[in-house]
Parts: sequence; structure tokens; C-alpha cells
Amino acid sequence: MKTIYLDNNATTQVASEVLDAMVPYLHDLYGNPSSMHSFGGQVAKTIREARERVAHLIGADPDEVIFTSCGTESDNTAILSALAVNPDKRHIVTSRVEHPAVKALCEHLREKGYGVTELAVDSEGRLDMEQYEDSLTRETAVVSLMWANNETGVIFPVEEAARLAHDHGILFHTDAVQAVGKIPINLRDTGISMLSLSGHKLHAPKGVGVLYVRKGTRYSPFLIGGHQEKGRRGGTENTASIIALGKACELAERNMEAENTKVKYLRDKLEAELLKRIPNSRVNGDRVNRLPNTTNISFEFVEGEGILLLMDGFGICASSGSACTSGSLQPSHVLRAMGVPFTMAHGSVRFSLSIYNTEDEIDLVIEKLPPIIERLRSMSPYWKPETSACVNV
Amino acid sequence: MWEYTDKVKEHFINPRNVGEVENPDGVAEVGSIACGDALKLTFKLDENKKIVDAKFKTFGCASAIASASALTEIIKGMTLEEAMKVTNKDIANYLGGLPEEKMHCSVLGQQALEQAIGNYKGAPKKEPGEQIICECFGITDREIERAIQENHLTTVQEVTNYTKAGGGCGNCHEKIQAIIDRIYSGAVPEAKVEKKPRLSNLQKIRLIEETIEKEIRPSLKHDGGDIDLIDIVGNRVIVATRGTCATCHAAQLTLKGFVEYKLRELVSPELVVEEESP
Repeated sequence: MKTIYLDNNATTQVASEVLDAMVPYLHDLYGNPSSMHSFGGQVAKTIREARERVAHLIGADPDEVIFTSCGTESDNTAILSALAVNPDKRHIVTSRVEHPAVKALCEHLREKGYGVTELAVDSEGRLDMEQYEDSLTRETAVVSLMWANNETGVIFPVEEAARLAHDHGILFHTDAVQAVGKIPINLRDTGISMLSLSGHKLHAPKGVGVLYVRKGTRYSPFLIGGHQEKGRRGGTENTASIIALGKACELAERNMEAENTKVKYLRDKLEAELLKRIPNSRVNGDRVNRLPNTTNISFEFVEGEGILLLMDGFGICASSGSACTSGSLQPSHVLRAMGVPFTMAHGSVRFSLSIYNTEDEIDLVIEKLPPIIERLRSMSPYWKPETSACVNV
Repeated sequence: MWEYTDKVKEHFINPRNVGEVENPDGVAEVGSIACGDALKLTFKLDENKKIVDAKFKTFGCASAIASASALTEIIKGMTLEEAMKVTNKDIANYLGGLPEEKMHCSVLGQQALEQAIGNYKGAPKKEPGEQIICECFGITDREIERAIQENHLTTVQEVTNYTKAGGGCGNCHEKIQAIIDRIYSGAVPEAKVEKKPRLSNLQKIRLIEETIEKEIRPSLKHDGGDIDLIDIVGNRVIVATRGTCATCHAAQLTLKGFVEYKLRELVSPELVVEEESP
């Protein structure tokens, strides 16, 4: 059975060009870039090129790019660094819909005595910018807001938010793990002090990430060790993966247009057809300011896990915000923050596409999913066929 | 991804006895959409009082569907006496086991069976004197005690796996631990008697309003619910439920076990909370 992979916000396939670029550094060119001999030195040179490619994709200087092990490490480093360099400020501003890499850290810091403001979002997952501005105080050490939401794809106006933070003299961090490679980013003329990105979300392997730190930003390292990354992140470089990430960033730049035309077309088709064919369904999140590859659709009166398992039978991979799949007993914190009714939240499915998806794959999902929903609804004590008379309008 | 046994997968893909029995002798609806799983069980008896047919409808994950399917297969052909002895462990064993975190699906099946038999016998849905411990999922002390005793649970995490209690905000973890401690120490809780000064009518009304506003509302709103005070007639406090409370199976229990409990504790022990009749 062929795998139809529509879960690219979870992780992506390593692109073949990326794989080809990294393999030599796992076996033949295994030197340590810090070594004095030219065998290691040649690796250092390739890492420099990778750094330039990453910087180019996000409109940064190569010196502003620090390689890390993952998005979570980048997020943790950024927030902890901001607190370390502002020891007299003990307030953090973030949102209720952040990824656990930020959210759980902030909850942990709250227990340690920091003040944390979690900004609410509206029913479309949008921030209230007035509430945001009101939340900035003299006590605020750092703002951390995601660029795009992993579950709904909703894009926050981070450039505007960063400008406001900058005006107040507050460090601004953004978790851009879902945004990088999907929408154009140019950090040069923004007030963004720090940005996190993760390799495996843009067709590089798992286990490599980047923390961007704007030149002149006071910084305190998280991993303390050797002089790697100019003392900003100790630990021998994950050479093959860093080189892979450089290649992936080069590809992402080249594919940016396709991402926003071809991928967007497929996403829109999938969304429109599913809404048309399945009554009592709706899209979660702002449909205007949204990543081109993501759609989060709720099917009322059914539970997400059943949908995923039945789709799995056809090789279709997606995610759900239901309680059963969240690993906790409550549905996704993102959907709850948006006030999505329980009847809808448990039956939410996220499809996230990539440039490697084809129209045939999308057509197959459009064909297979409606009977799956119908079948689960026929088992649900809440589903009354007459409910379907008032179709979503 | 959960590691389900082949039997769980098979009962999920091909569930037995989906639907509702016509003119059932016993009916039960347990769980709620807000809590993430719900089960409607119906059964019919033959002239020898044996369960001749049983059907289910489930809203929930694969293991909830499989557990309900297994339950109907287990009880078909049983007498009510036999069926009353079926435990959540029997359901889990029938399926070759369930992941620990999913044991609550089998408990839901057992609860439905118990309630359906109670329904046939004309017993009330809930025993009096029950108290909600977990407000997120509306789980009572009796349900938790029973799960602890029948499955020899010793930690809060295990209680969450089996009953869902404590799986939401986590505020009740201490209460759950206290129940575990009590069961294993064999101790009986002491009755608390407190004297309250007599209130004038106006004082009483103010105090009721204040208690609802400060003590009750925030807790209900945390779960997306709410109540409105409609009227106070003597010692009868009439309220209307809003938000998730309006659709939640546990709303009645919340009114009695939480709203009334709080008002009696903080205002007057004579108060009775009633829901506004539509």
C-alpha cells in the first residue's frame, strides 16, 4: 500500500538532494570541524556554506545563525537567555496556543516564580493586538510568540508584535518552526531578536535546529562547553545534519513559489471538497492568514482517533486534536483556546501537505474520507441523521 | 500511536451489535461528548430473563468502540445475575488487554452495564451522597473507590488511566490520593459538623449571590460551563445551567454535588439547589 503523507507539520521526508548532500559527511568526511588538520577543516568550510544558506533563507547574517539540536532546544535557549540577561525583569508574555516547547517551559518558569501572561486568541485563532500591547510592562523580559501555529496554520502578525516589543525595549522571540520554508521571511528590517527553526519540518533530518540571534542582542548560552558556534552553543557539531539543513534551506527557497501555489491549490481543493461532501464539518482557524499547506477540519459528533485509524487503513497519514490522540485526556489546547465546541474539537483532523504531494493523492482522500465519517457517525449516539439537514453554510 | 491488540483492532474495524435494541428492557447512557467518550447501551431480555440482545452506540476512540462491542458480546446469553458480575477487567481481558491509558474505556463499559441493569430494576441512576471529585470529567468518589478496589490501583496516575479522574486540570490529585490512602488504611472519614449563625433573608440572598460569583462560577467556567441564579424561594435556590453544563451528563451531579455542597457549606445547610424547569 502506498503511503499518502499529509502530516508534514509533524515531520517531513528528507529530500533526496538533501540526503545526497549529507551522506558523505557520515562516512568519508567524518572529520571534526574544530580540528587543525585539513581533513577536519574541509568540513568546517562546508558548515560555513550551510550557515550562509540558512541565513539567506531567513534574511539574516551568517553570524546570527546558531546551530542547535532541535526546535525545542532553540526555544528553550532563547527564553532562558532573555531571562538570564535581564535578571531584574521577571515577566514573560506568550500566547495560549504555543507549541509545548514554549508553553511547558513558561509553565515551568511560572512555578519558579516568574510572571507569565498567556495571551488569548479569538475563535479564529487570532491575537488581540491591543491586549498584547497592554500586556507589555517594564517588568517584561521577553515576548515569545509563534510565527505560525502547528495545528491550525494560523499566522500571527509577529513583525508588528516584534516592533511593539522593540519600542518598549523588550526582547522578542518567535518560534518559526512551522513558518520557515513555507512563507517568505526576511528578518533584516524587523524587531525580532531571536527566532527558532527546526530542520525536520523542511525536509532536513530530525535532530538539527537553528536559533537566530540578532547581532547586538545580549545572549547567554544554554549548553556550555567547547568553543563551537563561537561559544554560543557547546557540543561537537552535528556535521552531516547541519550540511543537510543548509541544502534543505536552499531547496526551500527554490520551492517557495510552488509551496504558495501548487501546495496551496491542493490544500484548498482538499478543504473545499471535504466541506462540501461532509455535513457538519468546519475549518478551525483564520482562513486568510494561514500557512498554504495546512488545514484543520472538524467533523462533528465523531472522535479523531477512529478517523485516523480508518484512514490509516488506506495509507493516509494525518493528525488529530482529539483527546485520545493528544496523549492527555483533553482535546488540543489550541482548539480549546479558540473556544471550539467539544462536539467539534474531538473530531478535528489536521492535514498538512508538502510539495511532494500529488493531486491523485488528494483525490483519494476526498473519495475515502466521507464514508469513514459516515460510518463513525452511524455508531455515534449523538449523531441524528436529521442533524445533517442543516448542512454547514 | 497506541499499541492495540489484534482483537481490539478487529472489534474496532468490525464492531458487533452496533445500534439500539427496539423496545429495550434496559437502557444506559454514560460519559459525555465533553469528556471525549460516551456509550449508549440497550438490552432486551427473553422470557427466562436472559439477555437475548444487546446493542451499543459509542462516541469515542477505537478502544472505546472495541470495548463496547466486546461488552455486548460478553453479556449476550447471560442472566442479569451473571451480567452484574461482569467487571471492566473481563472486558479488557476479552480484548486481549488494553493499553494502561485506555483502561477507562473498559470502565465506561462496566458503568453502562451497571446503569442499564439498574434502569431495568428501576433503581436511581446515581447513588445518593456521591460527591464529584474530578470536576473536569464529572467523576465521583464512588466511581473512583470502585475502580481502586476492583483493579487494585495504588497511584493517582493509575486512577486517571482507569477513570479519567485527574486527567484534566489536575486540581483533584490530592483528593484522589486521599481516597487511595483511605482505602488502604481502612479509615472512615469523619463527619464534619459546623454551626452557622442564622441569616436574615436579605443576608442569605446576598451570600448566595456572592458564593455563586466567587466560589462556583470560576470553577464551572474553567470547564466551559456556567450557571445563572434565577430565583430564591425560601431555602430553594433555582438556577439555570449554561454552556457545557447545559449539555453535560454530569450537570445534575454538579448541581447537587458541587453547587449545593458549596452553598450549604458557605451559606446555610438547609439550602436545596434546583434546576429551572424549561
